[in-house]
Amino acid sequence: MAPPGKRRPGFSRRAQYGVFLGYVVAVGGVVLAVILLAIAIIDPRGFAALRGIALDITAPISSATRSIATFVGGIGEGIGDYFRAGSQNAELRQQLSEAQRELNRRQALELENRRLTALLGLARQTGDEVTVARIVGSSFEAPRRLGTLSAGSAAGVAPGQAVRSPDGLIGRVLETGRWASRVILITDAASNVPVRLVRDGTPALAVGRGDGTIELRTLEVGQNPFRRGDLLVTSGVGGLYPPNIPVAVVTGHDGERALGRPLADPARMDYAIVQRIYQPAAAGPLDLARPQTPAPPVAAPPAAAAPARVPAPAGARR
Amino acid sequence: MSRIAGSSTEVAIRDLRRRYVPLVSTLAAMLMSLLPIVASTLWVPNIGFLLLLTWRLMRPEIWSAQVALALGLAADLISGAPLGQSMLLWTLIFLGLDYADSLLGVRDYWLDWLLAASAILFHSAGVWYIALLLGAKVSIWLMVPQLCLSILAYPLAARIVLRLDRWRLMR
Repeated sequence: MAPPGKRRPGFSRRAQYGVFLGYVVAVGGVVLAVILLAIAIIDPRGFAALRGIALDITAPISSATRSIATFVGGIGEGIGDYFRAGSQNAELRQQLSEAQRELNRRQALELENRRLTALLGLARQTGDEVTVARIVGSSFEAPRRLGTLSAGSAAGVAPGQAVRSPDGLIGRVLETGRWASRVILITDAASNVPVRLVRDGTPALAVGRGDGTIELRTLEVGQNPFRRGDLLVTSGVGGLYPPNIPVAVVTGHDGERALGRPLADPARMDYAIVQRIYQPAAAGPLDLARPQTPAPPVAAPPAAAAPARVPAPAGARR
Repeated sequence: MSRIAGSSTEVAIRDLRRRYVPLVSTLAAMLMSLLPIVASTLWVPNIGFLLLLTWRLMRPEIWSAQVALALGLAADLISGAPLGQSMLLWTLIFLGLDYADSLLGVRDYWLDWLLAASAILFHSAGVWYIALLLGAKVSIWLMVPQLCLSILAYPLAARIVLRLDRWRLMR
């Protein structure tokens, strides 16, 4: 391609100044962009209003074309299922019997759990669900893993709230528009989810790697408690994510680090549940957070403890 | 369709087409990132950036560097990238290409591809570094598939832009 002739636009002073001014604007724009980036790094929630409006405008495009994409994506899967029907049948049969045994065990545990909870007088909070929405798209061009949710502040969605599907945790709300919001997925490299191992309760941190997997870090040095197939659930530490949402399953090791696969695949699910922030103080500024009075440790079940508070018989005081 | 504009409306329409096809096609390519593909790995080229770059290399005279600034702002808002990311990288790339133009003079197709490859490399590295500053510690190797695909997609983008350009200037 021939070089542009605009470098010296003739002998007209005015045209030459015009070109020069263009470069001044461009360089000034670079400086402005650096400042904007610095603001984004210092305060990721800056320009929330502007970004929210852009989100509202662009989200309908994603949601309108979503059903087409799901349909097309489902075709290939359907054909594959057809060819693998035999082996899949045997596999599913085995899984079913395993699941039945597991279910029986769970029911027993559930009963015991209910009994113990009632005993301790802990009422489990229900109704912590803000809204149900759809994941309509994601950023697939940048190293970040962000999704777009089809509900915004009009439905009560606020930054920091956990987003989950029936399968497991998807992520947390990053910024909101009026009718759409952006979700940082748990596979994003900036996402840290406090988790614990279901098997023995070992606390850990699930950090995204940006490539669809999750790295699991123990909080204790010198041991690796993860085995392939282990299930991890949120621990509730940190106050953002409610406890006991399934997060990931351990798939293997990469050198010293344990790797996991998220249980909720945002490409496959249709609906996502937005949940209230577990402890609202966790999302606020630090100086607003009050130290919460810790619950007194339970020494014994109330029924057993009750006789101890009965005043001693009058005769004993003398 | 007649090659000669028959009325003043037709002239006006062709003038609009001549002026705005590059801009509209680039914006449309940016909007493609809104398609509901929820991908967990990174491999799709940044189509908006690729088309912008191709227009710049094919038609150096239509855009000056500050156009990249405005289009970068639009791209940041559309894709949800940190505000300023595309503004910064794209404007720098345009300024760099202006400088390269002043050094190189006449470019051929292979030199165009080489320039595009270096611009894409710079863009990927910049995006990666900005993500790092924002707390997303991603391995640099994660960017490689997207980088290779983007470089390989340049000839395709060049053909699309050529086709559009021919239609734009058709009389």
